Amino acid sequence: MNAIEVRELVKDYGSFRAVKGISFDVREGEVFGLIGPNGAGKTTTLRIIATLLRISSGSVQVFGNDLRREPHEVRKILSYLPEDAGAYKNLTGREYLQFIADFFASGRAADEIVKKGIEIASLSDRIDDKVDTYSKGMTRRLLVSRALMTEPKLTILDELTSGLDVINAQEIRKTVKSISEKGTTVLLSSHNMLEVELMCDRIALINDGRIVELGTPAELKGKHNASNIEEVFTKVVTA
Amino acid sequence: MSSLTNIVKKEFREMLTKSTIIPVILMAVMFGYLGSMMGDVEEEVSAPPVIGLVDLDDGVISDIAFKVLNASSDMAYNGTDVDAGLEEVKKAGGVALIVLPANLSSDILNGSRGYIDVYWMMEGAGMLDAISSASVDSLLGSMSYGISAYLVNESSETDPAVVLFPVERSDTTIFQDEVMEDVSPDFLITMLSAQSFTVPFIIMMIIIMAGGMVISSMGLEKENKTLETLLTLPVSRGSIVSGKLVASALVGLVMAGIYMVGFNYYMTSIETSAEIDLAKYGLDLSPVDFILVGVSVFVSLLAALSMCMVLGTYAKNYKSAQTLTMPITLLAIIPMFITMFKDFGTLPLALQAVLFVIPFSHPMMAMRELMFGNYALVLGGIAYVTAFAIVMIAITVWIFKTDRLLTGSMKGKGLTRLLRKKR
Ligand SMILES: Nc1ncnc2c1ncn2[C@@H]1O[C@H](COP(=O)(O)OP(=O)(O)O)[C@@H](O)[C@H]1O
Ligand SMILES: [Mg+2]
Repeated sequence: MNAIEVRELVKDYGSFRAVKGISFDVREGEVFGLIGPNGAGKTTTLRIIATLLRISSGSVQVFGNDLRREPHEVRKILSYLPEDAGAYKNLTGREYLQFIADFFASGRAADEIVKKGIEIASLSDRIDDKVDTYSKGMTRRLLVSRALMTEPKLTILDELTSGLDVINAQEIRKTVKSISEKGTTVLLSSHNMLEVELMCDRIALINDGRIVELGTPAELKGKHNASNIEEVFTKVVTA
Repeated sequence: MSSLTNIVKKEFREMLTKSTIIPVILMAVMFGYLGSMMGDVEEEVSAPPVIGLVDLDDGVISDIAFKVLNASSDMAYNGTDVDAGLEEVKKAGGVALIVLPANLSSDILNGSRGYIDVYWMMEGAGMLDAISSASVDSLLGSMSYGISAYLVNESSETDPAVVLFPVERSDTTIFQDEVMEDVSPDFLITMLSAQSFTVPFIIMMIIIMAGGMVISSMGLEKENKTLETLLTLPVSRGSIVSGKLVASALVGLVMAGIYMVGFNYYMTSIETSAEIDLAKYGLDLSPVDFILVGVSVFVSLLAALSMCMVLGTYAKNYKSAQTLTMPITLLAIIPMFITMFKDFGTLPLALQAVLFVIPFSHPMMAMRELMFGNYALVLGGIAYVTAFAIVMIAITVWIFKTDRLLTGSMKGKGLTRLLRKKR
């Protein structure tokens, strides 16, 4: 079964067409990456799948649920991490995780979720400090743990590590990798082509609202006779 | 260009935007309007006041009194019957009926003070409603002065207490058909002034503060993208909207409650010190009245907050949220000023309409209007404000279900499209 099926998806912002009819499938359990330059339409696509934006035309199925007809069902099985997101600054890390967990479960079940989140965030005793004292890397780790602690069937991560230092970025990649090994399907976006190559089972290259290439990193490198995905991208776009 | 000029230029451009200028212009226009309203009142004052005179004395002193009064007033009645006099003065929209008793001349010429009665006609108890009585006050001063002059020149009277202050007066105020003995308009207005100022001011504060909280919370949520997260959680849009509304309404009510306690304390301390029982004249509030005031405050708060939610959906971040509070601030300040100075009943029709349409006026007026027994205005206001709040909440939920929450920019793309759609 496919986790996500996107068909001829179009998104218009007023008269501006940001996504120009894209189709792709994400298989259950895989890590799928959307890569492309800034403004390519990655965030727009992810926001649509995350039920935040309406579809202009085309269709999206998430685990068999039609996005237009059953957004509420979709919200029960996915988690979405926006690019550059923050948490409520007047809460501590633990309180923030608790706030989110209470939407998914109650009582001891919610406490279990929070425990899991704290483990994933691995902020040690800083978890009880206010979020507004966190560094960018710590905030991102808290938010990643928020997105993963409920063990969603699908997680959508926009610009997973952008703006983070190497150590934080590596930690977060490791966390996401390990959650995917436990069965969560991961859809992520990045403009960092090397990162995507490291993490993704399959990738789609997106440029100017269109998917210009799709496959495993190895396939694409072989097809275009390139040594890395950056090279593939340059070749595809300039061709 | 020096670096200083460079910075000044940048800051200036950043601060002087349409959204900062427009509210100021609106303010100026409003004050202009308020000024012309006061100008009208002043004209009322510079025109001779309309009074009536009941002369039961017909002696030399009352002749002087008549001459002085007649010289600078528009006398609607001059006769010997108090009831007829009251009738005529009221018909002419006059300010006061002055009664000179039968023994006025003899008392004064015999070396004691004379007593006159003044019946005041009051229509409103706002600050500006007091001005016309002030001009009659000074007229009575001239009258007393005229009598003093006569005593000095023409009589052998030497007791300075009588020569300087030949007449003493007792005031009766007829306020909206309620006869209040030993109460002067000044006194009544002072009694009610605590309320005239405090109620509109506190309501304005609550609306601006609670409304500001809602708008900035929306701005913050967008800035931190916590709203985006919230909208992907398994929780209905309706719950998010009502959660925000209920929380801020509760905060608003807590603020209102704190104020009520303070205000109540203030009122009791004034009432005891003034030794006047407003209840004696029907100017108090029954428990039902208090409930109505509470309802009026609550629905207006809800209207304000839901309106702020609509505005807040256009906030992109915390800073733009600050600018978006301007309309609310204006809508709270305008009725505050108007209701402070004039009672609804004594306003020109255009201002009455403005006041009624602005939902926040109603709780500002409610207490006063209930004191006067104007239930129609208060109940009508509650009905109107409730409808207003329902429409605003519906718009908010609708916006939450569309893209506009995330894509609608303050610059108006979403807003203009929304308006275009309506047309
Ligand atoms: N709310 C919006 N209104 C209008 N245009 C938008 C909006 N959001 C994004 N866009 C435009 O859509 C295009 C795709 O943006 P986005 O999906 O954010 O790209 P990416 O995430 O790949 O950098 C860009 O040209 C961007 O300017
Ligand atoms: Mg993006």
